[in-house]
Amino acid sequence: MNDGGQLLYVYAVTRPFAAALPDAVRALDGEPPALIEHRGLCAAVSRVPAEHFDAAPLRAHLEDLDWLAEVARNHQAVIAALATVGCPVPLRLATVCRDENGVRRLLDSGRARFESAIERLDGRVEWGVKVYAESAPPERAAPAPELTAATGREYLRRRLGQRQNRDRSWQRAGTLSRALHADLCERAEAGRLHPPQSGRLSGAPGENVLNAAYLVPRERSEEFVAAVRERTPQGEDVRVELTGPWAPYSFASGQDDGQDDGQDDGPEGGPGQGES
Amino acid sequence: MNDGDALAQREIALVDLLDRLLAGGVVITGDLTLRIADVDLVRIDLNALVSSVSAEVPSPFQDLDYEEPA
Repeated sequence: MNDGGQLLYVYAVTRPFAAALPDAVRALDGEPPALIEHRGLCAAVSRVPAEHFDAAPLRAHLEDLDWLAEVARNHQAVIAALATVGCPVPLRLATVCRDENGVRRLLDSGRARFESAIERLDGRVEWGVKVYAESAPPERAAPAPELTAATGREYLRRRLGQRQNRDRSWQRAGTLSRALHADLCERAEAGRLHPPQSGRLSGAPGENVLNAAYLVPRERSEEFVAAVRERTPQGEDVRVELTGPWAPYSFASGQDDGQDDGQDDGPEGGPGQGES
Repeated sequence: MNDGDALAQREIALVDLLDRLLAGGVVITGDLTLRIADVDLVRIDLNALVSSVSAEVPSPFQDLDYEEPA
């Protein structure tokens, strides 16, 4: 089938390029990524052992956070290196082909998508913007009721107060998120909403209300960043976080839910919202 | 202004990276690959991952919500 139980992990697709990649870049095999050129497209790949990257072991590995983190950071490092010499179209994490012929078929079958993505993404970067409601969720704020509340009525009163505080914080965060997202979509070429992050996974305080990505021409990044900063409130119960610049991961597949009104699962999705 | 540079140098949070690597990027399916780039599959596994992280593993992700009261 192929040599020595090796598969090919594909990081990204670019136009063929002449410039050298940064010296320090290492792919999953500890070597610089290999390049497979085929009819005007180029895939950045590395050999990976089938014992870890074939379908079944991979599925098991995906539940191992350390393993996943290592692969994710490696994937990102290769994309970042490619971005210094061209316009990489990132592939989904863990896209694996059996051999070089598989990679060529991948390039052929995805050719139209890759070419339009390169056209659309060249010279663009992605910025991430997250909005958090800071007030603590009730399970964090409320100590175990049987230990602290003298009566059921006292307990309910306290819970109601916490809920009202939380609702106000959510409402402010939701209002800000909608306005900010609408404004940033105007400034960006595209916007995309990711699902809000779990505080359990991120470790970030507060409740993530907006988790958005924006596609911005590289030369307009400073302007975009300044606009986000300008709209960041100084108040204590809503927090705005900016990440980037990223390679345009969130826009590689061509989906864009920012410019239409597809915000149903976005800024207002939390519990306790009074609006319909 | 060097806002962009400053941000680029800060370490990337894993969760932000996973948002992009598990939900972004071009998805290729078909017999040429191992069909493991599928969205739903990875999402399900990520959920399993999250619950395993919070349930038992002492991890860099703080999980104050689940401490037992003294």
